[in-house]
Amino acid sequence: MANAISEPGKAPASLLGQAIKEAVFTGLLTFGLFLLYIGFKTDQDISNALIIYGRPGLLAIFVGIAAVGRFLMVLFVHPWAKARKDARAEVPVHDIEKSPSLFHKHFLKIALVALLLYPPVIVSIYGFQGSLKFVDNFGIQILIYVMLAWGLNIVVGLAGLLDLGYVAFYAVGAYSYALLSSHFGLSFWLLLPISGILAAFWGMILGFPVLRLRGDYLAIVTLAFGEIIRLVLINWTDVTQGTFGVSSIPKATLFGIPFDASPGGFAKMFGLPMSSAYYKIFLFYLILALCMVTAYVTIRLRRMPIGRAWEALREDEIACRSLGINTVTTKLTAFSIGAMFGGFAGSFFAARQGFVSPESFVFMESAVILAIVVLGGMGSLTGIAVAAIVMTGGTELLREMEFLKHIFGPDFTPELYRMLIFGLAMVIVMILKPRGFVGSREPSAFLKEKKAVSGSFTKEGHG
Amino acid sequence: MASVDTSMTSKDTILKVEHLSMRFGGLMAINDFSFEAKRGEITALIGPNGAGKTTVFNCITGFYKPTMGMISLHQKSGKEYLLERLPDFMITREAKVARTFQNIRLFSGLTVLENLLVAQHNKLMKASGYTILGLLGSPLYKREAKKAIETAAHWLERADLIDRADDPAGDLPYGAQRRLEIARAMCTGPELLCLDEPAAGLNPKESLALNTLLRSIRDEGTSLLLIEHDMSVVMEISDHVVVLEYGQKISDGTPDHVKNDPKVIAAYLGVDDEEVTEVIAEVESLDGGAKA
Ligand SMILES: Nc1ncnc2c1ncn2[C@@H]1O[C@H](COP(=O)(O)OP(=O)(O)OP(=O)(O)O)[C@@H](O)[C@H]1O
Ligand SMILES: [Mg+2]
Repeated sequence: MANAISEPGKAPASLLGQAIKEAVFTGLLTFGLFLLYIGFKTDQDISNALIIYGRPGLLAIFVGIAAVGRFLMVLFVHPWAKARKDARAEVPVHDIEKSPSLFHKHFLKIALVALLLYPPVIVSIYGFQGSLKFVDNFGIQILIYVMLAWGLNIVVGLAGLLDLGYVAFYAVGAYSYALLSSHFGLSFWLLLPISGILAAFWGMILGFPVLRLRGDYLAIVTLAFGEIIRLVLINWTDVTQGTFGVSSIPKATLFGIPFDASPGGFAKMFGLPMSSAYYKIFLFYLILALCMVTAYVTIRLRRMPIGRAWEALREDEIACRSLGINTVTTKLTAFSIGAMFGGFAGSFFAARQGFVSPESFVFMESAVILAIVVLGGMGSLTGIAVAAIVMTGGTELLREMEFLKHIFGPDFTPELYRMLIFGLAMVIVMILKPRGFVGSREPSAFLKEKKAVSGSFTKEGHG
Repeated sequence: MASVDTSMTSKDTILKVEHLSMRFGGLMAINDFSFEAKRGEITALIGPNGAGKTTVFNCITGFYKPTMGMISLHQKSGKEYLLERLPDFMITREAKVARTFQNIRLFSGLTVLENLLVAQHNKLMKASGYTILGLLGSPLYKREAKKAIETAAHWLERADLIDRADDPAGDLPYGAQRRLEIARAMCTGPELLCLDEPAAGLNPKESLALNTLLRSIRDEGTSLLLIEHDMSVVMEISDHVVVLEYGQKISDGTPDHVKNDPKVIAAYLGVDDEEVTEVIAEVESLDGGAKA
């Protein structure tokens, strides 16, 4: 092919021609695909009659983006990617694997320091009231997902058990805190471990019958379990108040100091002006601490015999049995420890929202958490944290993108396209990095030198 | 536990298989098969493709539950286990029978060293107080973990894999993977080691090294049960050979005895039953010729 030998940057006429041709073709294809979805909008008028009106402008924008995108892709991105690939082919593969940069090595420590400094920095820039959005929407929201994904990582990433109903344990934790604190007035610090234990207990109950199943069957049954828990929450109205949810759940306290306007409250006690930001900042540090506990336990467990057995189970279950490993109890521990962290996160969620309803525990949540684990690279804490930031931070960011309204017109609500963009991002990442952001795994023990194991050797598990 | 009195059987038998039958639907893969393996010996189980050798292994190691028959294992300590009644992982953990697989089953994403540490799971699990003491940093666990690495290093030396200890198991060449699987099985501390075609796919040099390794394992007190197609390996190292064809035993004895058994020759040459007598005659005339 002519463009195969052409230098990048200097596009010969044939490449330009090809780019134009492909752009026109892409434009036509987009027109065909989106004609009915975007080009027409159906609505009801006052008398409930169906009305259809066209949106040629919006359709033109979509077609234009696709055509121009393809044009730029063929003309610039492809030659650049090819040049990069050629350059990389010259470097021996092993060197890339063996020399992680200083930043890479200490990533978790650097990230921890940055997170500890995050609230003060934000407050000093935006003031207490202005910091709310950043600490709550970007900080706490992302960290909850980091924690959930790290919890699920034990089940999916380490033990290789595909769990599609993880959100059930999140729900168990949230409702445990919501109900026990509303009815019995127990404190957050007592209920946090209790919620975790209850979730772990449910993990066991589910695990016993289910863990004999493998692969697809396990995935379907866990999915069903997640839905059952949600339906119980909806229909057991005497206890859970059904779809209305449990409201006015007591807040968490800082070792007995409540965050309210009372004389003994946090603000009065320290002589600070009233603000809801203190509670948010407190919650930020709380979820950060919970995340750190999750990470610490996961890292320690990986170096324990049980952690190694989990990974071995993911690699080959039959070989595990031939080595005298009781696979049922090994799976059960993975399942219940993963569930326990889900329970912790759930009780934190309830304390933060002050309100829980079955709405928050739909299958979509399980899917998002699983997507974060897969996107991050199964088993890698760093990769999963990055994926959580990209996925949750990304959706929060979409809410902020007011300027898109100027392009697509005032009717355009970026949040509605969240899932579309989400899916697109996942497809792109999976094409570029099929093993997730961090595809390699760190060995749990070494004899002479620690070498990362390339993702091409690890398996995803069969159930 | 399925431990019973041992007085019935002779002391030097480690494995006794009696009237073993295994049926898959309409196929009788093993039919009334009995044999014994002696302690401190290498017993070879040979036979043409599809004879049922792997099935016998799967019955012994609990991966299949036999349709009929009894498999008893006699430990040095005098304990006896009825293997057909134990779940597979207990056979390795309690009865101390380890195995390898015909199509290698390594943890390819774990390093070579990690593979050997997983094999010491039960020992380490106890030492770590079922993880709880280990998480709290108990010195006992630290000591045991160090010992486990030493055990692993010992077997890596023996299997000539020490230089690859920190590489992923999936990255090893085929012959090294076979050796690693044997080293991994040995890390469980077995009394009986069952190897399913350990020499398959090895070059002559590797095959020779394997013979040395297996002999040394035997001399250190672990009994071996070996499935093998490579006759040079079988005749070289085994003390006792059992021949299986269509799920039935056709010969049993020393390598020399089996080698000259006309039924075995017929089975390997693929001769019909009626022709066996002819083959016997031929063999006899050949023997006569050799003596003359
Ligand atoms: N799980 C199973 N289900 C049905 N049939 C089986 C099963 N396992 C083995 N068989 C059948 O039992 C017979 C014996 O198989 P087996 O694998 O034990 O032979 P083998 O002696 O190990 O042969 P090879 O030398 O090729 O390894 C074969 O006919 C096989 O198809
Ligand atoms: Mg076989």
